[in-house]
Amino acid sequence: MNTSRRGLSFYLLAGFFALFVLFLYGPTATILILSFQGPEGGLTFPMNGVSLHWFRNLFEQQAVGDFGGSFRRSIALGLMVMVLTVLFSVLAGFAFRRRFRGSGALFYLAVASLIVPSILVSLGIGLFFNILGLEPAWYSSALGAHLTWTLPFGLLIVFAIFNRFNPAYEEAARDLGASPWQTVRHVVLPILLPSLIGVGLFGFTLSYDEFARTLMTAGSFNTLPLEIYGMTTNVTTPVLYALGSLTTVFSFTVIGVALLGLIALRRHRLRRSGI
Amino acid sequence: MTLTAETPRPTVTAAAGRARRPRLLPRVAPYLQAAPLTVALLLFLLVPILTIVAVSFWDYDSVRIYPDFVLTNYTELLTSPVTWKTYLNTLKYAALTWAITLGIGFTVAYFLAFHIRSTTWQMVLFLLCTIPFWTSNIIRMISWIPFLGRNGLLNSGLISAGIIDQPLEFLLFSDFSVVLAFVHLYALFMVVPIFNSMMRIDRALIEAARDGGASAAQTLWNVILPLTKPGIAIGSIFVVTLVMGDFITVRLMSGGQSASIGLMIANEISLLQYPAAAANAVVLLAVVLIMVVAMLRVVDIRKEL
Repeated sequence: MNTSRRGLSFYLLAGFFALFVLFLYGPTATILILSFQGPEGGLTFPMNGVSLHWFRNLFEQQAVGDFGGSFRRSIALGLMVMVLTVLFSVLAGFAFRRRFRGSGALFYLAVASLIVPSILVSLGIGLFFNILGLEPAWYSSALGAHLTWTLPFGLLIVFAIFNRFNPAYEEAARDLGASPWQTVRHVVLPILLPSLIGVGLFGFTLSYDEFARTLMTAGSFNTLPLEIYGMTTNVTTPVLYALGSLTTVFSFTVIGVALLGLIALRRHRLRRSGI
Repeated sequence: MTLTAETPRPTVTAAAGRARRPRLLPRVAPYLQAAPLTVALLLFLLVPILTIVAVSFWDYDSVRIYPDFVLTNYTELLTSPVTWKTYLNTLKYAALTWAITLGIGFTVAYFLAFHIRSTTWQMVLFLLCTIPFWTSNIIRMISWIPFLGRNGLLNSGLISAGIIDQPLEFLLFSDFSVVLAFVHLYALFMVVPIFNSMMRIDRALIEAARDGGASAAQTLWNVILPLTKPGIAIGSIFVVTLVMGDFITVRLMSGGQSASIGLMIANEISLLQYPAAAANAVVLLAVVLIMVVAMLRVVDIRKEL
């Protein structure tokens, strides 16, 4: 607000902000460092040498549990949740642009999905499957449980996009003789695309890291967060940090790819519109 | 609608059906488009909650659960002093986390919205705050252990600096570490909606306040704060409901020394006392909904998107 020069309040607030960022990232950085402990090192500092021992340990020793399998399941589940979240929330976003009976109820159901404690979703789906005599599995019951968390986020993002969406583009397409499908395919979806990448990122990462909703719904095979949680209770070596570091690096990679995709898309469009 | 209903059925021929079809599709389209979301939420949210409500009246023994209609699950829950103590503890966590995240969230959002002038920097710093939201909560909790433990970074730092003689015990596996982890995990849920509200404030209003002779503090209190209320309400709803239903943070960060309602439910589940867990869950849901309705009085969320 100080248009001329930065006052004392700017530097105080900037300091606070820096501390906040340190607070957010500092602990994660600690375990990143500790995962390179030497073979004799323990769960805390000091570092007892530097090695890749615990990463190797993670891949060779089967006593750690089914790390590879749970990682694969989490990725597969995350991808399924991502696709369904993008598809369902965009479709519903189109529906909400017009009046339809029950739209209010559906909106409140979606909001309720955000505020219902996750342990209720977990317990409810677990009991529901139990009563029906179905075996819970990560690709059925856990998939549904994850959708209750990702769909409302997806829907809210799509809402926000459509609220800022200028209907004049669609009208122009129609006036030029485009069919409704052509209008959606060549006008609406390209405008939505960057936000869809965002919805997809939400869908994948929220599912990939979800714990509480998976607890009673994953069935006999663990997802990665369940595996990590199991390790916190019985693993007392830095192999836990090695796994934590790997999955965090993986998350950062996914976020980075999504962001780079967004930037590339913007550049591409700027260049095209510039010609 | 009434007109077509009055038409005698046999006369509705295939030709009439075909004539109406182009106008029928736009009318049913919203229902078809909303169907997948509706089915998913009904099947995986509403039906499971109704199942919990039903099972909360069932009976159970150590082996299995029986369909029945008994109120013992509720009477045992509500007459036990443990329940009340646990609710009190959970509310304490919620209140502390709410107050601290609100303070942090407001300050951070205020800095980003009003002190960073370039939009690029605004987005970069905003992303920097949101990225941890997309990483694993469990890892973020565990990462406090080497920092706060008896031989952790903080204790050894304080000892070598000569500030304390022996390690502080309250840092880890205590209420302190539980609230710290909650703030660490959920501060973001405050920052984002408050930042969103602040970005929508018409900058002319702030200039008007300054031209009218308001000090920076007066502008903050009388202009920015009231206009930020919707964001504060949304952030508060997120933080309070997440803390009220949590069990994993309390379990990991208190080292099993403290309880919350979510943890109580999780323990009942692991003992296979599903009807007791269900009754507990129904009460928790009611409490959370009452809190949310109270907070929603401040804001109409549909307007905030």
